[in-house]
Amino acid sequence: MHLETKLVQAGVGKDEKTGAVNFPLYYSTAYRHPTLGESTGFDYSRTANPTRTVLEEAIASAESGEGGFACASGMAAIHTVMGLFSQGDHLLVSLDLYGGTYRLFEQVLSRYGLTFSYVDLRDLKAVEAAVKPETKAVFVESPTNPLIQITDIQGVAMLAKSHGLLTIVDNTFMTPYCQRPLELGADIVLHSATKYLGGHNDVLAGLIVTKGQELSEKIRFLHNSIGAVLGPQDCWLLLRGMKTLALRMERHEANAFAVAKKLREHPAITEVFYPGLADHPGHDVQKKQSSGFSGMVSFRLQSAEQVKPFLRNLRIVSFAESLGGVESLCTYPATQTHADIPVEIREYVGVCDRLLRLSVGIEHPDDLIADLCGALDASLAVGGSVR
Amino acid sequence: MNFATRVLHGTSCFDPVTGASSVPIYQASTFHQADLDRPGTFDYARSGNPTRQALEEAIAGLEGGERGFAFASGMAAISSVFMLFSAGDQVIVAEDVYGGTFRFLTKVLSRMGISVTFVDATRLEDIRAAITPATKGIYLETPSNPMLKVTDLAAVSQIGKERGLLVIVDNTFLTPYYQRPLELGADIVIHSATKFIGGHSDVLAGLAVTRDAVLGEQLYFIQNGMGAILGAQDCWLVMRGLKTLKARLDVSTQTADRIARWLSAHPAVSRVYYTGLADHPGHHFQESQASGHGAVLSFDVGSRERAKALFDRVKLPIVAVSLGAVETILSYPAAMSHASMPVAEREQRGITDGLIRLSAGLEDADDLIQDLEQALSALPPIAAAGQTSKEAFSRV
Repeated sequence: MHLETKLVQAGVGKDEKTGAVNFPLYYSTAYRHPTLGESTGFDYSRTANPTRTVLEEAIASAESGEGGFACASGMAAIHTVMGLFSQGDHLLVSLDLYGGTYRLFEQVLSRYGLTFSYVDLRDLKAVEAAVKPETKAVFVESPTNPLIQITDIQGVAMLAKSHGLLTIVDNTFMTPYCQRPLELGADIVLHSATKYLGGHNDVLAGLIVTKGQELSEKIRFLHNSIGAVLGPQDCWLLLRGMKTLALRMERHEANAFAVAKKLREHPAITEVFYPGLADHPGHDVQKKQSSGFSGMVSFRLQSAEQVKPFLRNLRIVSFAESLGGVESLCTYPATQTHADIPVEIREYVGVCDRLLRLSVGIEHPDDLIADLCGALDASLAVGGSVR
Repeated sequence: MNFATRVLHGTSCFDPVTGASSVPIYQASTFHQADLDRPGTFDYARSGNPTRQALEEAIAGLEGGERGFAFASGMAAISSVFMLFSAGDQVIVAEDVYGGTFRFLTKVLSRMGISVTFVDATRLEDIRAAITPATKGIYLETPSNPMLKVTDLAAVSQIGKERGLLVIVDNTFLTPYYQRPLELGADIVIHSATKFIGGHSDVLAGLAVTRDAVLGEQLYFIQNGMGAILGAQDCWLVMRGLKTLKARLDVSTQTADRIARWLSAHPAVSRVYYTGLADHPGHHFQESQASGHGAVLSFDVGSRERAKALFDRVKLPIVAVSLGAVETILSYPAAMSHASMPVAEREQRGITDGLIRLSAGLEDADDLIQDLEQALSALPPIAAAGQTSKEAFSRV
């Protein structure tokens, strides 16, 4: 079955009693036991909730995995998965990375004796060289946030397997519509479903998909024990969003292409990062491992002074922290999403104070281009730096 | 302002923009920033959401603390609060703690290098004896689940203060209506708000309140960093439940008290655990530190077979995991809330195969007693029972 069909049909026909096409929202926290020693399969909503189960089965199927788990936020999904590891364990992590993940690793989990090495995962030799006896996993973002660097997921997963490491991929930017890491050899896929999967900037959620029964059982235990589960209303909203994922992704991508091409021509901009552009260094890898390029475009202005006037002059694109929604959003990683990464590391990686990240929405592309170009023109006038 | 009024007219009782009598549900994940130089109060909903903030302020006010936090479940609140500790730290924990907390501490947190020492927290000398140079905190439930043992909160908080330890109290069973641990000297209060605070078996939620702002900042960092937050709709449901907390507990406690007295006199019941009974060992402490005894009691019918027969016969109570609802709920701790505890540990704590936990709801007390009577009167004799069945049916 194709992904479009799988997603639209999620939950359909599961409510046998009424035939409701849209699966009902179960608010109940507790479930009556028929008698002592028997269960309907549902006991307590932290452990399992019927609405959440429909969502979890949908994402597991979409990502070609065995276990699906819905969490309170993308970060809750990441920290639940990190519960697999113990004091003394070491992980290799994508050098360019969402700031919130970096913060969790360095400021919370480091206190529990976990250590992390940040490696440019595009360089498989560097990955191999960074493996230590206590290394347990590789944590991949591809494309990375916010620099849109592309990692060869299959290459990393094969390398990881040869060293007995788990491969964990944050697939937030791509969604299973464009990229299915488990099919490329990864063991666990993570999502901030707040982004493209939810798609409407109206629900916080995280998803985990696992390959194989053993790993699924381990995550099931952690999901229930740590308790960072997603509420039923949010599960229902997320499922509702996922039904239109394919339509939205097509439009996000078409708009992103149009915007990326236009931005490249603008004198206020020095670089544009979009993997769909043929000269993007990761373009070929992306084409090989994904069926699309999604809607995230980052770019650098000529000078940091332009950032403020640019953001102030945007009329349609919102200056806000997040991505993947129907509405276009522009983020300034240096002070927003990546503020918790020390400035020297941030600058070294390339997340400088001239970098902006654009989540291209599904508005009409002409309106978006006019809005962005108008603000860029204004930034040149006010920022004063003309090439 | 008295509690009944504060619960309705404390903080966040109406929307400041429109005057709406119910705080709106902000189903937004992100917030537009007008200016790079002047970041708004809200930027990303994991970091802060107006609906969640209203709930967090309300619980902080009711518990008499500085800062409140809403989490995805009671366990999410507990696991987040324990992240205040680091590898190498030791925490002293009340031995008959909720089975889910026990599981998290022994199966997840232990791998992170945090050691836990379980003690009978009703014995202050045992707490003192367990303190080592590595000890950083004391974690209590009072009354405990399901044995209703009462810990002297002021005395333990005093020990905590003397030794520089964080004192954390799970206040789920009593709620701030009956007991305010921060006022007795504790540092952090935790709730499974799924229970009495939400009160309707329709929302999973956890809450935490810190005594001071410094601890509040530390916990905020963890709440935002780990992201186990409560969704906006669920925050709204918890606030809706909170409005009737006092009215519900008044009725449920009165019913629990009547049932406890009635069960005590029943020949088919070997023991009743309820702090409102004068012969309960914690009765006096409870009277001095709390303004009520709550709606939860446990009783022992002697064996698993007899417990099963009772569960099969009752008509009104829901047989389910959980407590603190408008519906009366009967639970079987050995296979439900404490299924994750090894049998030896469980029995040592008094959680026998005949133990049943009752959370009184809002049904008519006479109807409940009548229903329990018809079920108890038909039980097989106590002598027929005895063997322990290992059959478990729930992993909750």
